[in-house]
Amino acid sequence: MLLLIPLLPLVGFLINASFGRRIGKTASGAVACAAMVASFAVSALAVWQLLALPEESRALVSHAFTWISSGALSVGVTLRLDPLSAVMILVVSGIGSLIHVYSTAYMREETDSEYARYFSYLNLFAAFMLVLVLGANFLVMFVGWEGVGLCSYLLIGFWYQKKSASDAGKKAFIVNRIGDFGFILGVLLAFVRFGSVDFQEIARSVATLSPETTFGTISLITLLLFVGATGKSAQIPLFVWLPDAMEGPTPVSALIHAATMVTAGVYMIGRNAVLFSHAPQTLAIVAVIGAATALMAGTIGLVQNDIKRVLAYSTVSQLGYMFLAMGVGAYGAGIFHLYTHAFFKALLFLGSGAVIHALHGEQDLRHMGGLRKELPITYWTFVIGAMAIAGVPGLAGFFSKDEILSSAYFSGHQILWAVGLLTALLTAIYMFRLVFLAFHGERAEHPAPEHGAPHPAPQHPAPGTHLHDAPPAMALVLIVLAIGSALAGWVGWGGRFEHFLKPSFSPQTAEIVAEGGAEMALMVTATVTALAGIAIAFVYFGRARGAADALAARFAGLHRVLLNKYYVDEVYDATVVQPIHIVSKEALWKIVDVRVLDGAVNGVGETVGGLSELLRRLQTGSVRAYAASLFFGVVMILGYYLWR
Amino acid sequence: MSFPILSSLIALPIVGAVLLLFVRGVDEEQTARLARQVALIVSVLVFFETLLLWARFNPASADFQFVERHAWIPAFGISYAIGVDGISLFLLVLTAFLTPIALLSSWESVHKQMKAFCMFVLLLESAMMGVFVSLDLFLFYIFWDAMLVPMYFLIGIWGYDRRIYAAIKFMLYTMAGSVLMLLAILGLAILHYNATGSYSFDLLKIYALNVPRPVQFWFFLAFALAFAIKVPLFPFHTWLPDAHVEAPTAGSVILAGVLLKMGTYGLLRFAFPLFPQAAEFFAPALAVLAVVGIIYGALVAMVQPDMKKLVAYSSVSHLGFVVLGLAAMNTQGVQGAVYQMLNHGVSTGGLFLIVGMLSDRRHTRLIAEFGGLKKVMPHLVAAFLLVTLSSIGLPGLNGFVGEFLILLGAFRWDPRFAAFAASGVILSATYMLWMFQRVNYGTVTNEKNASLPDLRPREWVVIVPIIAVAILMGVLPNLFLAPIEPSVEKLLNQFHQSSTTRIEASVDPVTGHQSPPTSEAAR
Repeated sequence: MLLLIPLLPLVGFLINASFGRRIGKTASGAVACAAMVASFAVSALAVWQLLALPEESRALVSHAFTWISSGALSVGVTLRLDPLSAVMILVVSGIGSLIHVYSTAYMREETDSEYARYFSYLNLFAAFMLVLVLGANFLVMFVGWEGVGLCSYLLIGFWYQKKSASDAGKKAFIVNRIGDFGFILGVLLAFVRFGSVDFQEIARSVATLSPETTFGTISLITLLLFVGATGKSAQIPLFVWLPDAMEGPTPVSALIHAATMVTAGVYMIGRNAVLFSHAPQTLAIVAVIGAATALMAGTIGLVQNDIKRVLAYSTVSQLGYMFLAMGVGAYGAGIFHLYTHAFFKALLFLGSGAVIHALHGEQDLRHMGGLRKELPITYWTFVIGAMAIAGVPGLAGFFSKDEILSSAYFSGHQILWAVGLLTALLTAIYMFRLVFLAFHGERAEHPAPEHGAPHPAPQHPAPGTHLHDAPPAMALVLIVLAIGSALAGWVGWGGRFEHFLKPSFSPQTAEIVAEGGAEMALMVTATVTALAGIAIAFVYFGRARGAADALAARFAGLHRVLLNKYYVDEVYDATVVQPIHIVSKEALWKIVDVRVLDGAVNGVGETVGGLSELLRRLQTGSVRAYAASLFFGVVMILGYYLWR
Repeated sequence: MSFPILSSLIALPIVGAVLLLFVRGVDEEQTARLARQVALIVSVLVFFETLLLWARFNPASADFQFVERHAWIPAFGISYAIGVDGISLFLLVLTAFLTPIALLSSWESVHKQMKAFCMFVLLLESAMMGVFVSLDLFLFYIFWDAMLVPMYFLIGIWGYDRRIYAAIKFMLYTMAGSVLMLLAILGLAILHYNATGSYSFDLLKIYALNVPRPVQFWFFLAFALAFAIKVPLFPFHTWLPDAHVEAPTAGSVILAGVLLKMGTYGLLRFAFPLFPQAAEFFAPALAVLAVVGIIYGALVAMVQPDMKKLVAYSSVSHLGFVVLGLAAMNTQGVQGAVYQMLNHGVSTGGLFLIVGMLSDRRHTRLIAEFGGLKKVMPHLVAAFLLVTLSSIGLPGLNGFVGEFLILLGAFRWDPRFAAFAASGVILSATYMLWMFQRVNYGTVTNEKNASLPDLRPREWVVIVPIIAVAILMGVLPNLFLAPIEPSVEKLLNQFHQSSTTRIEASVDPVTGHQSPPTSEAAR
């Protein structure tokens, strides 16, 4: 039954890839949605079965066939459902279904064949993502891991005629490959050390060891794996691809670059919790990188003007939060945040998609404003999403964020806690900056479209023209996700969520003990911070729009650095990309290859030929004879040896 | 006596070539049409025969199967000895798989002397089969050199502008390498004479020969040079870009798909097991060259303006992986290397086919001449994408399995090699996707590209099998790995035993008796 979960979307992919253009939009959209919903239904059924099992033995395994075997290595195509993957498949197939439905309306303007191509990629993505989270060993996970990367590449570059889109797709793939370089080496080292690539077997072997006090093999394995995670989950230093990935259609950003794929790195650490727990030094690195990424991306998010880029940096920042949780050993809290984040970030992206849809492709916040009146459904659902991510009490983000902050604090990482709190403040500010700029105030003057995309057609409606709120399929999805963003956190009430996940992280992961009184104080601090952030956003962006500009002018240097994302792309280009390209072209190819190596070969040829003008003429005159003479020379030598 | 299936694999293409001599139509055009039909039928028959061979092959056995032995020149111990084991089995299938595809790819792009073209392709097929089944060093050498001739003509007659230069370079470079190998082969026969009183070129007998350590070094270098040029291993690769760029599509497909594998096959079948002590000594050096080749080939591929050159340099990079796996001399490394030989044949063969289709349409191979093709020919670009993904080792397609096993083998031997080699994973994505983007994405900027036809029926027939095999080998690699493994294990056991114990223990040269494997390292 587990096999059906990824197979259903795969079938959807095959149908749409082969016949999609011929069956029309309605049918191809229906096929894709049906495949996803069916996958969700099977997932729910499988999780139901899982819940029926006693807590300590909650696992369903399904072995299809042996994939690769060579010597001591034997890797099966094996899927395994446990509490952790149960959460993941529900998120992937559930949110995935919603986004498929949303897309049927959002992508309506595409031609039949493009529409089918879009849905085939989306289905294929879901199939790989489900393989990623269900895989019982590193290699099956890696199939999903690279497969989702491929779909991400294809979907970011969906509007392939636009150079920025195909550039962004390529960048995403290559940056991810840099991470995979580490990931593969980590898997190899794990196999050499433990003789298996199966998660459970590795966990069992590790459990018998004591945690490494110095940086040893396990630390190296986990660090290499984490390099892979920084690629897939857009952490420092490999986060640069995610903001560019916003070139893809907005539902893709919601599904792949917010709710599911980018959380794969977090999931991978959760999947190997026992392994990581034995490498405290790696965990420290994970926590620091997570916190630093959260803060850095949060500051960039403050000043971006593209609605989707704000959300992209917000995603990077929230992923940093999740890694912070993993790094302090609060695996349950990290996965909890992954789960709640999937709701509200999908909601926010889809809401921004509704805005972009209504404005015919406009993404610049400076050209928005006042949309509250014209797009009421989008507005209200968006506000719920913004409140959820900001951490307003009672909404989803509040619960998970609070878990992470208190885990950081009680595991003795007060500095990381402070960074996390500061990030929470930034989160509230940039989210409500976005809300105020887009939905409040008055609509700005007609701008010159900066994003000259061939699609969606950049016909910006002038202020005063009537805008259409999200069409039914989109509105429905927004409402469902808004309800989820409001209520999803309650399943964690009283630590139930983490309790459910615990078997996946056992044996032996550290317990973080919270003190009741201090915990309450932390919660109050977090709440006050969130509300303060909203208030600041209101002061600077809601009440009087000039206030923020004045501030930006006062700190012009800092503002420019943030606006240019700390110039990280520029630095990478100047220190890595260009040098490699120039050295390869000018030194390796034109000098080493053509002059030195080939020159030597031709030089030998010419010396031989130059021994005599006569021979040289023979050489150029009758090549075949020359080659033949060489052959006969060989035969002569042969003859000498045979007959001597 | 059972049907001599291996001999028939060598003979059938020759029979086909001879048949072609008698093909004559009313005019030039009809002759060409008849000739290519006959050649195609023959090559497809050979392919079915290799499938039959695969079906009847005993995958559990490590020994040579379907062995045929006939005395040829008994005075010098030269025999016609052929056989197949797990290592060579799929190379035969690959050869027979690519030959009809290569013929089909030239259906319309060869404009002159179609009959001769078909004859050379068939003769080439025959010689390649011969190389992979020879169990006699002399016989092997005959096929090894015989294969050069048809390839030389394929490049020299049906190639592009600088075809003569490229053909000579290919010919001389390869021959220069093989001359020394011939001397070493003769030397081995003499050693056999000294030890037993009779000459022999029989591989199995010479395996058992106790070659003195210093002699091993010289002979190994002679063999390794010939094979390194063929692979081609950095820094002996400069003939390859020229040969590929000038060769017609069929030539490139066979060259990349099969001919290069003779180098790696030769290392595995001859150089390593014949001279184990020397091989063990030189393995790190080979690995260094292999790793340099992986990175260097990829970097140079990245900056090529010509698609064919780009793919040619990518071959240098990919073959570096194969040599690295061999040098590791453990199960995963060698098995991965054998698998990667097949993968490279499929995916690089596929790439050359695609480039050929583009160059047939536009008569240029320069990347800058293209752009925006996806809009114009979606099916061809989809095929291009799949072949590209196979080439960059996406899991689920063939390339990944080979690369992973090789990296694992290398890692178990020396993690540093694996670490450097793994960077090839990043670089291959970089150059392939960059080319793919520049050719297929964006808008059509060149008028000439605006109305190019999409895949034609014949081209579907050419490219679909390639993609199908790439998927099959990615999803069910054990179908292939299982028959390969016993032979690899056996070879490794012999290798490790003799590389460490030959100095003390005297192995009976006649029976070739070996004690059972003890070393865990061999696994």
